[in-house]
Amino acid sequence: MTARDFDAIIIGSGPGGSTAADVLTAAGWSVVIFEKGRNHLIDVADPSRLTNDFSNDEIKFMARHFLGPDPLLEPRTFRSSEDDGERTHTGEVNTVPSTVGGGGTHADGKVPRFREDDFRLLSEQGPMDGATVADWPIAYDDLEPAYAEAERLIGVAGEAGANPFAARRSGPYPMPPGAPMYGALLTSAAAEKHGWNPYPAPTAVNSVPYDDRPACNNCGFCAFFGCPIHAKGDPVASLRRALMTGRAQLRAETFVSRIIVNNGRATGVEYIGPDGVTRTERASHVILAAGGLETPRLLLLSGFEHQLIGGNLMFHYQTYVMGIMPMRVHGHKGRSVTHVHDDFIVPDLDSTAAARDAGLPWFKGGMVEHAGAAHPLTEAKLAPWGSAHKDTMRRSQMREHLWGFCMQGEDLPQLTNRVDLDPAVRDVRGFPAIRVTYKPHKHEQVASDYYAAQMEDCLRTAGAEVTFVATSPGLIGPIPISRHVAGTTRMGRDPATSVCDEWGRVHAAPNVVVADSSLFPTGAGYGPTLTLVALAIRNMRALASERGG
Amino acid sequence: MPAYFTDDQFRVVEAVCARLIPTDDDPGATEAGVARYIDGLLGAFNFDPPRIWAGGAFSGRFGGSPGFASFHRLSPLDELAWRVRIEGSLGMPEREWNGPVEGLQERYAAGLKLLGDDFADADADEQDRRLLEHHEFTALVYEHACEGMYGAPEYGGNRDRAGWSYIGFEGDVQPRGYTDEEVSQP
Ligand SMILES: Cc1cc2nc3c(=O)[nH]c(=O)nc-3n(C[C@H](O)[C@H](O)[C@H](O)COP(=O)(O)OP(=O)(O)OC[C@H]3O[C@@H](n4cnc5c(N)ncnc54)[C@H](O)[C@@H]3O)c2cc1C
Ligand code: SF4
Repeated sequence: MTARDFDAIIIGSGPGGSTAADVLTAAGWSVVIFEKGRNHLIDVADPSRLTNDFSNDEIKFMARHFLGPDPLLEPRTFRSSEDDGERTHTGEVNTVPSTVGGGGTHADGKVPRFREDDFRLLSEQGPMDGATVADWPIAYDDLEPAYAEAERLIGVAGEAGANPFAARRSGPYPMPPGAPMYGALLTSAAAEKHGWNPYPAPTAVNSVPYDDRPACNNCGFCAFFGCPIHAKGDPVASLRRALMTGRAQLRAETFVSRIIVNNGRATGVEYIGPDGVTRTERASHVILAAGGLETPRLLLLSGFEHQLIGGNLMFHYQTYVMGIMPMRVHGHKGRSVTHVHDDFIVPDLDSTAAARDAGLPWFKGGMVEHAGAAHPLTEAKLAPWGSAHKDTMRRSQMREHLWGFCMQGEDLPQLTNRVDLDPAVRDVRGFPAIRVTYKPHKHEQVASDYYAAQMEDCLRTAGAEVTFVATSPGLIGPIPISRHVAGTTRMGRDPATSVCDEWGRVHAAPNVVVADSSLFPTGAGYGPTLTLVALAIRNMRALASERGG
Repeated sequence: MPAYFTDDQFRVVEAVCARLIPTDDDPGATEAGVARYIDGLLGAFNFDPPRIWAGGAFSGRFGGSPGFASFHRLSPLDELAWRVRIEGSLGMPEREWNGPVEGLQERYAAGLKLLGDDFADADADEQDRRLLEHHEFTALVYEHACEGMYGAPEYGGNRDRAGWSYIGFEGDVQPRGYTDEEVSQP
């Protein structure tokens, strides 16, 4: 292998790209991974060594963009619809880290599988006006072996059989669940009284030493922070394996500006390295794993044309039902979320009647996380200044007493919700910024209101004295705060109604393969990460065997 | 000696912080050295490496070696971003890829002038009146004051962990973490 000749160029080192690197190098391919963010995850010279750049530091992670992207260097813009004009906001929009390991580094890693029904939403529930509801071109059974492998490769803790709504599994979880949080025990008990079925959240966090990494010690600085002891199932595991084969190179601080395509085939990419110089790299395949927003942006920057590139953008509609508990629930101790329930994911007679009353054929909610907590800096910034400040902080309603539910409500795909290139705002290298145009469908709002009322009831059962509901987008502002992004290069069999085929290959240039959640035809009511990793495993293995055989 | 402010400016910043996070039976911004934190942010580039991101993985407060104390080196792009954020774009074309940016130093200079050179000597009611009148600047200082009160002490504030102690927060607990009992029990 020469330094300028690779079997595959992988764009992005998040869960999707690092999985691709792992699978392809294991199959004997040589790969180079281009990542625009810095490397704080792994020692490239000696991949067996883990770095120690992550820390329990609210200033670094919450106030100073340590994991990127810095909104000054790489601004994004937002508008609810074309009626808003070119944009209503410039700066941070739905930031998932730009760093080696991508969003995997600071996710708190709830990694459930999707259900069988999630792969055939159109057949199961039927169409919905204004939404592009679709079936996936693959079924759950096609993905089950890859799901099982993904859980082993990342390291997932969970309890098989605890969730009555779970899809069929071929085996147990690789690790048992970790320590349940006190607040979650309270809301789980209340949820059971309401007839719901809470279960230990399947979590990409080591509950016991696993894969040469230690068990989690419950430090509490989990979501939004990198793990200082590498107990998280972030992409470190797959990147480490890939680098240790000697067949992978990782180039951080390297921005891919264009995929070079000739007559329906990619020949390589153009990139800008840390020295600011533009160069090209050639390879026989390009794996595009830049994330739900950057993947369509790069296709657009490369001159691909298809009305669905960037379209059908989905987040999750997040319904927060929070309460102030009389006792201290100390949500800052533990791994953010230890319990969830899936009872709102399957429409029943009551929800269908409520949908009809609202003029909808049906609606679905999403997985409900039992969670609380904020760290002191986050709490303080919301507290008043002046004489009331100290009492507010001493009482600590947010950090010590706040507990409740967050439902990751299924967001239906709509053609008008999309990513495109902002006509005026630029990144520091001079390329057009990502513009997000997004407004929820009535489906999400109706489902949210319906389930929020039930969750409020339940929270009072658990002992909450004050309860309130906040949604995103909604009360929390027009920009979705869900970091789950999907749908922007939909896969399907028909090139007229999809950007990629059922193996993730771009119809217009089949040696470009998408390996992230941009492929999802629908978003389900679950976090996307395990499913995108499983898809990457399946699609990369197919790619490697196709060439080998 | 402040790293960035003049002594007169520093006195006003201290007085503002003392109103935003007052001292009562527990220590406030004054005791926690919050103005020092803000001075350290605006003067971050007077240090090498710049005091933007503290190191890891541990502070040493709960074991492990004290990595927070050595700050990260910045990449050229990160240095650019933080210089623009702190100093402003100052008319330099290489800093204005999306037009001019007003830096924190400029916003503080203007804001402190609005509050008045005599702010520290005004009585509490008068101080509050001015803070409310110039609420945009007050909001900016408050954000930084919170960071200086409740952020890691390595950034120059939260002296003797004053901000964490009075609210009963242990701070960064790695590598000790919390026991399963501490997580699961009341
Ligand atoms: C606080 C938080 C909590 C979360 N919790 C969960 C959860 O519990 N469960 C769950 O399923 N998901 C969760 N997520 C979402 C999860 O992080 C994402 O689903 C996941 O990271 C997506 O993986 P990806 O590989 O597709 O993309 P990303 O992780 O976004 O990685 C893409 C990478 O590509 C790089 N890149 C982009 N463009 C270029 C380019 N042109 N050149 C070079 N490099 C480029 C980016 O810098 C980035 O590092 C959470 C996210 C956050 C922020
Ligand atoms: S809670 Fe556990 S997994 Fe999360 S950052 Fe702390 S030690 Fe790591």
